[in-house]
Amino acid sequence: MRNETQVKKSGFEPKILAFCCNWCSYAGADLAGTSRIQYAPNVRVIRVMCSGRIDPTFILRAFQVGVDGVLILGCHPGDCHYIDGNYKTARRIHMLKKMLSQLGIEDDRLRLDWVSAAEGKRFASIINDMTERIRALGPFVR
Amino acid sequence: MSDVRIGIFVCHCGKNIGGVINVPEVTEYAKTLPDVVYAEHNLYTCSAEGISSIRQKISEHKLNRVVVASCTPRTHETLFRNACEAAGLNKYLFEFVNIRDQCSWVHMQEPEKATEKARDLIRMGVAKARLLEPLEEVEIRVTPSCLVIGGGVAGMSAALNLANQGFEVYLVERDKELGGLLLNLNRLFTINGKAEEVIIPLIERVKNHQKIKVHTSTEVKGVAGFIGNFDVTLDQKGEERKIKVGTIIVATGAEVLKPVGQYGYGDKSNILTQLELEERLNKGMGDEQNIVMINCVGARIPERPYCGRICCMVAIKNAVLIKENDPRAKVWVLHRDLMTYGTEFEKYYQKAMEKGIRFIRYSLDKPPEIVGNNKVKAVKVYHQLMGKEMVLPCDMLVLTTPLIPHEDNQDISRMLRVSLSEHGFFLEAHLKLQPVEFATDGIYICGCARWPTDVPEAISQACAASAKAVIPMRRGYVRPEAITASVNEDKCSGCGTCVLLCPYNAIELQSKDGKKLAHITTAQCKGCGTCGAACPSGAISMNHFRDEEILAQVEALVI
Repeated sequence: MRNETQVKKSGFEPKILAFCCNWCSYAGADLAGTSRIQYAPNVRVIRVMCSGRIDPTFILRAFQVGVDGVLILGCHPGDCHYIDGNYKTARRIHMLKKMLSQLGIEDDRLRLDWVSAAEGKRFASIINDMTERIRALGPFVR
Repeated sequence: MSDVRIGIFVCHCGKNIGGVINVPEVTEYAKTLPDVVYAEHNLYTCSAEGISSIRQKISEHKLNRVVVASCTPRTHETLFRNACEAAGLNKYLFEFVNIRDQCSWVHMQEPEKATEKARDLIRMGVAKARLLEPLEEVEIRVTPSCLVIGGGVAGMSAALNLANQGFEVYLVERDKELGGLLLNLNRLFTINGKAEEVIIPLIERVKNHQKIKVHTSTEVKGVAGFIGNFDVTLDQKGEERKIKVGTIIVATGAEVLKPVGQYGYGDKSNILTQLELEERLNKGMGDEQNIVMINCVGARIPERPYCGRICCMVAIKNAVLIKENDPRAKVWVLHRDLMTYGTEFEKYYQKAMEKGIRFIRYSLDKPPEIVGNNKVKAVKVYHQLMGKEMVLPCDMLVLTTPLIPHEDNQDISRMLRVSLSEHGFFLEAHLKLQPVEFATDGIYICGCARWPTDVPEAISQACAASAKAVIPMRRGYVRPEAITASVNEDKCSGCGTCVLLCPYNAIELQSKDGKKLAHITTAQCKGCGTCGAACPSGAISMNHFRDEEILAQVEALVI
C-alpha cells in the first residue's frame, strides 16, 4: 500500500477496483477501447461472468488491502444474461452499503451501476466520475 | 517449493499496445512475479508465430499455466486456449490479461500510467493463474432444428439454406403473410427488377419445402434453455404451442420511419415517404411534373445519429423510375451527403445524373422550407455551392426516411438474452470477427434486424447466419464451458439458499445419509455464480471464478 509521503509527493492517484460482468459491462469497457475513448487510468478491472457472482466479502477484502474505491458494473435491469443476477447484486450491494456506513466508510467509495455492451461512452464517464469522487475523498485509510 | 510454472506472453499488437505501453519493461517485470518461470513479448501473440511460440515454450519450460497479456478474452480467448490444448495443457489453465482494449487504447496520452496499469493487471492475472485448476467439459446433445424469427427475405433465405441441408426449420412470422418489407416495394436497385419477382418465388419455395414449418400470425412468446436445447413457446392468436430447437436465428427486420410533423408530413396531401411513393409507382403515377425529394429526414440528427445506409440509393432509384416513366418530369434530390458506395452504386448515381435528375446539397443549419398551405407548392432550399436560395416548384414532395428498429426489439432481446445497440437494433457479438453471431451461444442474426441492409446483403447475411447455425447442429453436440458450480458436501448445511437463487433450477436439495444437501445438475448450470456468492457456508465453488482466485486478484491489486 502507498504510504503518506508517496501520496503527498506524487499527488493522490486513487486505485479503483471494478468488477465487470462478462456480457455487458466488460463488453462496454472493450467498446470504449475500440472507440478509443480516453478515460482516467485509475481503474483495474476484474472480470466475472455475472455481477451476481460478486460476494460482498470480495469488496470488503478490497478495502482491507487498501483499494480506494470499488465499482460494481452489471447489465441494465432486465438485460441480465443470467435472467436476474443483477437484481440479486443490487440487493446485496444495498445491504453492504448499510454495513459500510456503520464501519464509517464513505458511501461514494462503493458504487453499483449498469453498463450495456453498447455503452462504451457510459463506461468511460462512470470511470472518470468515480475517479474524481474518490480523488475528492482522498485515500482510503484503514 | 511450488510446482506451479507460469509462462507469460506479452503482445505488442503492432503499435496498438507497444506504441503506448513499454512492453519490454512490463515483460521484465512479469519475470519477477511469483511462480513465473518464463516471459517473452511478441509483435503479435495471435499470429502463427506467436501461437507456435506458446506451444513450444509450454514443452520447453514445462509450463503448467499460461498468461497472455494482449487484447480481450471476448475475441481471442478461444485461440490461446486452443494453443494451450494443442500443447497438452488443459485450456482452463490459461488466463487472459486485457492490456489493449482496456488499457493502451484508452490511455493513449498517458504512456507511463498505462504501463503502470499493465503491470498491475498482469500481477493480478498471475495471482489468479497460480490458483487455476484444470476442468473437464461435459457434452450436451444438440437438437438438429432451428427457429427462424421473421419471414422476410433474410429469414426465408436462412430457412431455405438450413432446410436444404436437411435441418428442420420453424419459420415464425407475426404478419399474416410471409414476405416482410419487400411485399411493399416496387422495384429493387440496381437492376430495377420487380420486387415481387424476387419475393414471390422465394415465398413459394419456403412454403413448399418439406423441412420448413411456416407459422404465420404467430409470435414467439417465451424462450428457455440454451444452445442445443431451447424450449420455445409460440403464440398463434392466443393458441400456444411448444417446440424444441437447437439454434435460433433472429431475422425480425426493421420498419420505415414515418416522419409525422416533419416538413408538414401528415398535414399536406402531396407529401409521401419513399415507401408510399413505391406504392404509387407500382400502381402508376399521376401527372405530377415537379417532384422534390428530401433525404436524411429523421436520420443523422442528434436524436437519431445513425445513417440509414440504404436510403440514398432508394431515393436515386425512385428518382430514376419517375424519370423513366415520364422523361419530361423534373426531379430534384435534396441531400446532405450521398452514400453510393461501391462501383455499382456509384455507376447508378452517374446514370441518374445523366438522366437529368438534379442533386442539391443542403445543410442542417439551413434546412429546406415548404411553401404552400394545404398542399406543398414549392420548396425553398439554400444551394450551398451557388451560395443562394433556390425556389423549386413542387407537385409532390417525397421524404426519404431511415429504417428504424421495431419497438418490440427490447422484448425479444430480453427473451433471448441478447444485446441491443444504442440505436435499438440487435447487437452482434463482434462487429468484425463475429458479425452474424450473438454473444449468447446458439443464437444468430441477419438482415435489417441488425442494421439497414439492401436485399443482396440481407441474403448474404442469412447464408452466413445459417451456415454458423449448422455448425453445432451438424456436429450433434456442444461442449459448454466448464465454468459451472460445484458443492462441497462436507461444508453444505442444506439451507437451500442456492436453490432459491438459481435462475436455471439447476440446484435441488437431496437427502443423503439423513442430511439434506445441495445437488447441482452440471448440464443445467450456466455458470453465473450467484449461488457461490450467497452460500452462507462457503460450500459452493464456482469453477474458474473460485473465491480464492478472485480474492487473489483483489489482493494483488495493491502492492
